[in-house]
Amino acid sequence: MVRVASDTLNSRVPDGPLQQKWDKHRFDLKLVNPANKRKFTVIVVGTGLAGGSAAASMAELGYNVKAFCFQDSPRRAHSIAAQGGINAAKNYQNDGDSVWRLFYDTLKGGDYRAREANVHRLAQVSTSIIDQCVSQGVPFAREYGGTLANRSFGGAQVSRTFYCRGQTGQQLLLGAYQAMMRQLGAGKIKLFARREMLELIVVDGLARGIVVRNLTTGQLETHTADAVVLCTGGYGNVYYLSTMAKGCNVTAAWRCARKGALFANPCYTQIHPTCIPVSGDYQSKLTLMSESLRNDGRVWVPMAKGDKRSPDQIPDAERDYYLERRYPSFGNLAPRDISSRAAKERCDAGNGVGDSGLAVFLDFRDAIKRDGEDVIRKKYGNLFHMYNKITAEDPYKQPMRIFPAVHYTMGGLWVDYNLMSNVPGLYVLGEANFSDHGANRLGASALMQGLSDGYFVLPYTIGDHLATSKLDKIRDDHPACMQAMQEAQNRINKLIAVQGKRSVDSFHRELGLLMWDQCGMARNRKGLIEAIDRIRGLRDEYWRDVRVLGSGTTLNQSLEKAGRVADFMEFAELLATDALHREESCGGHFREEYQTEEGEAARNDADFSYVGAWEYRGTEQEPILHKEPLVFENVKPSTRSYK
Amino acid sequence: MSNHLLNLNLRVWRQSGPNDGGSFKTYRLSGVSTHMSFLEMLDVLNEQLIAQGEEPVAFDHDCREGICGMCSLMINGQAHGPDNATTTCQLHMRRFSDGDTVTIEPWRASAFPVLRDLVVDRSAFDRIIAAGGFVSVNTGNAPDGNAILVPGVRQEVAMDGAACIGCGACVAACKNASAMLFVSAKVSQLAVLPQGHPERNARVLNMVAQMDKEGFGSCTNTSECEAACPAEVSVSHIARLNREYLRASILAGN
Repeated sequence: MVRVASDTLNSRVPDGPLQQKWDKHRFDLKLVNPANKRKFTVIVVGTGLAGGSAAASMAELGYNVKAFCFQDSPRRAHSIAAQGGINAAKNYQNDGDSVWRLFYDTLKGGDYRAREANVHRLAQVSTSIIDQCVSQGVPFAREYGGTLANRSFGGAQVSRTFYCRGQTGQQLLLGAYQAMMRQLGAGKIKLFARREMLELIVVDGLARGIVVRNLTTGQLETHTADAVVLCTGGYGNVYYLSTMAKGCNVTAAWRCARKGALFANPCYTQIHPTCIPVSGDYQSKLTLMSESLRNDGRVWVPMAKGDKRSPDQIPDAERDYYLERRYPSFGNLAPRDISSRAAKERCDAGNGVGDSGLAVFLDFRDAIKRDGEDVIRKKYGNLFHMYNKITAEDPYKQPMRIFPAVHYTMGGLWVDYNLMSNVPGLYVLGEANFSDHGANRLGASALMQGLSDGYFVLPYTIGDHLATSKLDKIRDDHPACMQAMQEAQNRINKLIAVQGKRSVDSFHRELGLLMWDQCGMARNRKGLIEAIDRIRGLRDEYWRDVRVLGSGTTLNQSLEKAGRVADFMEFAELLATDALHREESCGGHFREEYQTEEGEAARNDADFSYVGAWEYRGTEQEPILHKEPLVFENVKPSTRSYK
Repeated sequence: MSNHLLNLNLRVWRQSGPNDGGSFKTYRLSGVSTHMSFLEMLDVLNEQLIAQGEEPVAFDHDCREGICGMCSLMINGQAHGPDNATTTCQLHMRRFSDGDTVTIEPWRASAFPVLRDLVVDRSAFDRIIAAGGFVSVNTGNAPDGNAILVPGVRQEVAMDGAACIGCGACVAACKNASAMLFVSAKVSQLAVLPQGHPERNARVLNMVAQMDKEGFGSCTNTSECEAACPAEVSVSHIARLNREYLRASILAGN
């Protein structure tokens, strides 16, 4: 049985009508005098869209910012890989969009498991993001006349998505990166690249600093500040294979969880329907094919099981366009969780294609016939090129083979309306927090959230903490700093001392496969209980038999990976525990026991309309569940239907 | 596409740290699937080395989908290997044949010092951007996105430059280790967009000054950079950079 905390979490959502909450709150927040801002230092960990925008915006306000990333440059953060676009309620296309509609779509898309007030704020500030990015020189696609272009994207019935070819994340990230670099030149940001956060420093209950490892020299460093802002992305690599960058990890977030920050909804993981299938056991990552392709591509499998004919030999009458069949009004544009499960359902039934049978077709034949190859090339050329590079197949001539893959994680550290965790002074932004996407994220919403948090929310809310807290200067030799440093050093020593037989990667692969099989697209009670048991066993084996060569005092990539996998081994158990406790299906969390007769997710609002935030109690201890009830004052939760 | 298995001889640059001289070491690797990416082949090599008790080869990589710009590698003397418009992470082993000897080196440029094995320090690029590769607009100051119209054709030119992934292949491919393609891509993007106009003179002068200070070589228009560029950034951006530089120098003299 799960231990539940007696009191509920306070989200600090302000009173008043939904549309006025953010304006009113901004007035109520305490300000830091302009002349005093330079007396405060803020640490930002991670330099993706959330971290880059937060670091730049706070430096512009006059705060001293220390920015950290594990890559060799802030420009490499994995936000860069987002392809499709960014949503904003501009209604430039005059097609009926509004802040309210974007709010409603996002809340519904999240299967009513997100906090209403946060989602509304996100929709409100979405329009300012576009303006800001245009001013930075982000080259959004434009019409011949010079106005900004839009497309419809991932489950939306209006065209509200702004894009830069298939490289929207790259361009938005470079905009934020350049804003950061400008402040670097101005002396307001100090950049620490090739640093990995290994511990959070908490003094008198407040987050006051971090311990990082310099990945070039191996030296541990202490950095103190008046607040810590975590923008370290998601935990999808707990599955080993995902569309995330190889370096993406849960370590920074998990280290904070071990210091008392609550981890919310870890079971909400997003499986993206359109990825290139696995080709062999050496596979190191999965590549996304943007879901914008579903605007023109049609998804199908052969009607006959095990049909091995070449796709062009299969006549239309023998093809099952299963998304169009099951969801006639949304068709190929059905949301990600629904499309992914539908693909799994067909493959489980034996209708999958390709050598492994774990793939479906995404076919552009009809679109090319209708619009011509040139039009399709202009829209998707770089994606077709990437597909061809990886598979050596030509999608202009034969359908793509696609299969779902782990892509995004909606869960993350719990934050209140100010984006502050339950550890005062620790803020969490972007994918690293849990707040805006509920149980499922809609397409083109991640970029929106990262930039909203960093450009337009944190710069206001952090001032309130800095203005109202007692923040004495902390020296590097403060006992809390010394202790955090020692903990980080001990773990490194322990990992190197094991001197076992198995490589870090072999453990990571085994953990990932276990999670994918038993805690992936579909989950059930028996499988989850078994998974938890197996994770514990694997974790024990890891600490007995992992082999990390080399020393801790040089550039050592095996050691970097070993620390991350050690944390995944602990975190995976929490993910499975959360999935086991949530006895309902919602969004990306599908429990086989809880489905309708048609095989759709059966949500249970009576018992599970809450955020589940877990308190770490020790690796071998059961965590305690803290609940934040979800209150819907403005939108009545309904059953999602895309039929 | 059928799967074949290759046996390869790998000549890999090993260097224990910035102060070590470094040397090539040869490894035999068998059973390499032609469906593997080049970096997956290196993963397999590293697993083999770990099993043998030898420290794995350090190399930079992250997204493995050709966009982050973190992977590098000179492969048989070519930056990012033999394919056009392809990063090392997107290069696949079907480009190689059974029995091949493959030579793998880090980027070679004095402005990109080697940190270990195949890992180099490219922070010089960050400092060049910090010198002027931005538009000075604070958060919150922006007018409506459609307030300034930008013709679609012009925006496409800006996007061509903006596509640069900052990997450094242009520098590695150039006999002079010049960073002109990298610098020109950013100068060009911001010079053709109206948002970049107010600072266009200072930007080009400052970025070029920083580029020189970092120790990159001069451009002699051999276009090796364009051939190596995985993002297909054209040398026409270098021409625009030269025009911008000349224009700014004349105006600065007034």
